[in-house]
Amino acid sequence: MKKPIYLDYSATTPVDPRVADKMCSYLTPDGEFGNPASRSHPFGWHAEEAVEEARANVAALIGADPKEIVWTSGATESDNLAIKGVASFYGKKGKHIVTCKTEHKAVLDTCRQLEREGFEVTYLDPEPNGLLDLGKLEAAIRKDTILVSVMHVNNEIGVIQDIAAIGKLARERGVLFHCDAAQSTGKVPIDVNAMNVDLLSMSAHKTYGPKGVGALYVRRKPRVRLEAQMHGGGHERGMRSGTLATHQCVGMGEAFRFAREEMATEIERIRGLRDRLLNALKDMPEVYVNGDLENRVAHNLNMSFNFVEGESLIMALKDIAVSSGSACTSASLEPSYVLRALGRNDELAHSSIRFTIGRFTTAEEIDYAAALVREKVAKLRELSPLWEMHQEGVDLSKVQWAAH
Amino acid sequence: MAYSDKVLDHYENPRNVGSFDKNDAQVGTGMVGAPACGDVMKLQIKVNEQGIIEDAKFKTYGCGSAIASSSLLTEWVKGKSIEEAGKIKNTQIAEELALPPVKIHCSVLAEDAIKAAIADYQTKTGKGSKADAA
Repeated sequence: MKKPIYLDYSATTPVDPRVADKMCSYLTPDGEFGNPASRSHPFGWHAEEAVEEARANVAALIGADPKEIVWTSGATESDNLAIKGVASFYGKKGKHIVTCKTEHKAVLDTCRQLEREGFEVTYLDPEPNGLLDLGKLEAAIRKDTILVSVMHVNNEIGVIQDIAAIGKLARERGVLFHCDAAQSTGKVPIDVNAMNVDLLSMSAHKTYGPKGVGALYVRRKPRVRLEAQMHGGGHERGMRSGTLATHQCVGMGEAFRFAREEMATEIERIRGLRDRLLNALKDMPEVYVNGDLENRVAHNLNMSFNFVEGESLIMALKDIAVSSGSACTSASLEPSYVLRALGRNDELAHSSIRFTIGRFTTAEEIDYAAALVREKVAKLRELSPLWEMHQEGVDLSKVQWAAH
Repeated sequence: MAYSDKVLDHYENPRNVGSFDKNDAQVGTGMVGAPACGDVMKLQIKVNEQGIIEDAKFKTYGCGSAIASSSLLTEWVKGKSIEEAGKIKNTQIAEELALPPVKIHCSVLAEDAIKAAIADYQTKTGKGSKADAA
């Protein structure tokens, strides 16, 4: 068993070796290195064929037509293009956007920017289980609302929003619906038509493809219009200029093809591992799963270990690579905004660890990780004055703390 | 974030972890910080009749730097008079542990903790406070 053990698949996945092999044949002089936009020779034609085959594979995973796929540099760019592109094009029709407080920063910060440009944004609170209340969403839609943006799967807690119901609601109200699916491709079945999604952001590197490439689905029927955010040679039907990175597109296409073919069996295997981890930890005192366990992707376990601070726990868990909901490692000292939005108290928000399991995780690794977590949480609790107070029966919420 | 070797050493082998009876007349207790901020330090000193800190213990909820700052402080205050201990500055702790700028607040918290422990002891014993107990 190689250490540290990688349990941070929601941050990024390794490129599947089968995908990397194929990518390598689109780089070197003896490979298909041409510019897919070159129309005058076979180098260009072959590269274009490869890009179009990849585009078809991306489209197939989400039930779209290949003509509806726009290549981008990743989900962040896709989110920017979708939200700013809609805002610029439909800004005359209305200036109101509805989203959720637990969205990825690529959506939230894009909305903040639009607020500075005169748009109005409603940030909905999720329910304590992380899911949106559709009644609250419906109530937030106004006459001047042009866009609803809700993510499919949350990156921190892994909960799955009811995209089909949100899409149906948006369609009925005549509002465009953008969905950030960076965390759901290959993890949850997606059908943009059944779900009434108008725009869908995707990333390659969360689904065993390479970093630096993503895609945006843009519906054609009924047609969704976007104002381009990147101008130049008019690539991607004018929506996103810039020479396509053939090997990156090929990598994403191949990764998404494997996702489509292997998802059903892979999800069940990974769910088994996640449940194995959960079962090994859940009898500990004062541990809490963050986010709904039912409506949740199979590979995510986000747990708070009360009275232990997340950053010190991560430090103790140096043999496993996990992430903390506590952002103390950045200068902010703020606990996870996602957990705060769920209404978790500060102690629990500061005590959270996200385990995300993937294609190359083994049962042996899970057992090792579980034993390590149990040992280190016990050790840190022995060090924790909060744990001591809890043992003495002190109600921590009633203590007057001197904030600093 | 990369931690210094000294932080790692104190984090992995914390010195003087534990608690004294806070009702003991010889014991001064300082509890500073807040769970909302992600760190809480409890520092206790046991002072003899000559005003010398005979023993010190701590418990800390917080990041590695907070744990290391309080562990180091318990080592430093042992054997010192309460006046001397009250003069320890956060900058000395930060320098010894090579804390990066985002972790300076951990050393500030440790300074606050020893001052609070001394103040608690002085309040208990009714002895006038010479140290500026914040």
